[in-house]
Amino acid sequence: MAYVAVKGGEKAIDNAHAWLARERRGDTVHPVLSVAQIEEQLGRSVDRVMAEGSLYDRELAALAIKQAQGDLIEAAFLIRAYRTTLPRFAHSRPVETAAMRIERRVSAVFKDLPGGQVLGPTYDYTHRLLDFSLLDDEAVAPATRSPHPLEPMPRVPDILGQEGLIEPDTSAEQEPGDLTREPLTFPADRDVRLQALARGDEGFILGLGYSTQRGYGGSHPFAGEIRMGEVSVEIEPAELGFSIDIGDLVLTECQMVNQFKGSKTVPPQFTRGYGLIFGFGERKAMSMALVDRAMRAGELGEDVTAPAQNIEFVLYHSDNIEATGFVEHLKLPHYVDFQSELQNVRRMRESAA
Amino acid sequence: MTDSARSTHPDPARRRWMAVLARAEADRIAKLLAHCGNLPAHTIIRGPEGGLVMVRGRAGGGGSAFNLGEMTVTRCTVRTETGFIGHAYVAGREERRAELAALVDALMQDNDRNTEVETRVITPLERQQMERKAERASNAAATRVQFFAMQTMRT
Amino acid sequence: MSNDLSPAFADPIADAQSCFRSVLDAMARPGHRHATSGVSAPAPLCDAAAAVLLTLADHETPLWLDPAAADASVWITFHTGAPAAPPAQAMFAMALSLPDLTHLSVGTDETPETSATVILQVASLTTGQRYVLEGPGLREPKVVAIDGLPPDFAAIWQRNHAQYPLGVDLILCAGNQLTALPRSVSIKDA
Repeated sequence: MAYVAVKGGEKAIDNAHAWLARERRGDTVHPVLSVAQIEEQLGRSVDRVMAEGSLYDRELAALAIKQAQGDLIEAAFLIRAYRTTLPRFAHSRPVETAAMRIERRVSAVFKDLPGGQVLGPTYDYTHRLLDFSLLDDEAVAPATRSPHPLEPMPRVPDILGQEGLIEPDTSAEQEPGDLTREPLTFPADRDVRLQALARGDEGFILGLGYSTQRGYGGSHPFAGEIRMGEVSVEIEPAELGFSIDIGDLVLTECQMVNQFKGSKTVPPQFTRGYGLIFGFGERKAMSMALVDRAMRAGELGEDVTAPAQNIEFVLYHSDNIEATGFVEHLKLPHYVDFQSELQNVRRMRESAA
Repeated sequence: MTDSARSTHPDPARRRWMAVLARAEADRIAKLLAHCGNLPAHTIIRGPEGGLVMVRGRAGGGGSAFNLGEMTVTRCTVRTETGFIGHAYVAGREERRAELAALVDALMQDNDRNTEVETRVITPLERQQMERKAERASNAAATRVQFFAMQTMRT
Repeated sequence: MSNDLSPAFADPIADAQSCFRSVLDAMARPGHRHATSGVSAPAPLCDAAAAVLLTLADHETPLWLDPAAADASVWITFHTGAPAAPPAQAMFAMALSLPDLTHLSVGTDETPETSATVILQVASLTTGQRYVLEGPGLREPKVVAIDGLPPDFAAIWQRNHAQYPLGVDLILCAGNQLTALPRSVSIKDA
């Protein structure tokens, strides 16, 4: 590939950016949109930008959304660029999702599980009819409060685990790989795969997850549990020598439970796929769990035939910033490449004539 | 009073107040601190500076650790003229909050001030945080499904 | 003990950037000297060594600290967050006398950049034993004077240099002065 440096676009670029700023602001008869409004009222966009930008900071995500005129992939790109300017102080201790302060928790496998089904602020059961009352500045009633406290909510895999019918979590106490520090190498271990899925494009992961349900590498999934709520984050600064709690994050976790007929070495049991992401993002967490399970095919002795089971395919194509970069680079000048292609085609036609 | 000597002994009381301070708003800390009389002057040893913490999860929720993504964090370390060193690591990018949290951490280590700062700053902050948590929990509890069995229609 | 926690760079961003630039230039042009500023080092470190540590070390770079410099350990840990490591696992080694280079990581063929960098504090970068440096970044052989290296340093270094592209890099510090000897440079006694 060859690029030729060409000058002369500066004025056009300046004017284009000035127009963009003007377009971003829109008609000034309308009040300007504040970052706080985006943070508060476009929370699911903020969640998605935090997940795919791989940086938990609601205000920054809201700012990026404003700057990108609501283009969420562009916003995630801005966040990824910003994070590279900051030093990393520490890594956290693994967050305890079992101790999550639950705002939503549902299971599709047990109706009467301990702690119950808690719907939380969900779009489920809405009729997907446009609510024209939102055209006006609608006052909202306060959320209902229950006098009954929530009960402890054990994780569904722990409930199934008591009978030994589900594969247990296995823990290797080694430093997990980090995509932001080391280049991707294959075969990629599950730690790196989960990191890639957690920051991967929601649409891509959703499509792949869906493909496993439609028969491309499927293994009959059940939504064992989906939980969303706050967890606290602890780090252990070297100067203190003990761990401290630095604040809360909202996370969504999905435990997918899959049929598994067993192999030469493993008895029939349920296997698991796992999804965990920043913010409230159930669609993404569920898709992530499906694809995580699909990518474990090789490890579990299943045939690797479908796209979602192909680790290299999934990991190389799930990042929407990388994908955007390579797809959109096609609009850069390829004048020289194309001239040589033109000559080639002309020559071929001449020799064919 | 040596910071490093203290820090080799995990101190549950200090962990608690640092957790409360990490979640408090700067204005609120400053307002509550104003009721604590004359405060010793403090110098900044480090920060306040913004950075990142890589948040980790566990595969399956209980398995091997993996890197989930980063979060913004601001840290600060101060020393009071009375010789106490306070540290703060707080989520977000608010420098003033980190500095105030570090200052309160230093004051809380001073046995002559501990009780007053606990009563006037930490306890009210903690109460406010507990109330917020309780409200979210009661909102969630109100969305808990109360199943009841339908009577069988067929005989 | 609370004196251990003296501040780091006066202007954390500008001073670190300036020091980084100096290290970069010293690596690119071996033997060129640069002055650092903005930090008053904890004993027994010199200002330049402290500045280089603040600039390069962080919690993701395991550090081997010469036991002779243990008095600075709390300060280094506090300001850099670098975890302590044995020589073989260290990305940086902070030393007051030349450590055994064969105990340090020289990188691998696939990842030569993972080798260790030694920050070595010496008595002087202007007087002492004279060496001739040759290699990338030097149009002409360059003569430097360094006080504080072992008598057989040139021979030790040539064994390190012979492993190129593997091998450790050396940043030399004295007072507020620094210079660098990257693995690519060949050294002879003058």
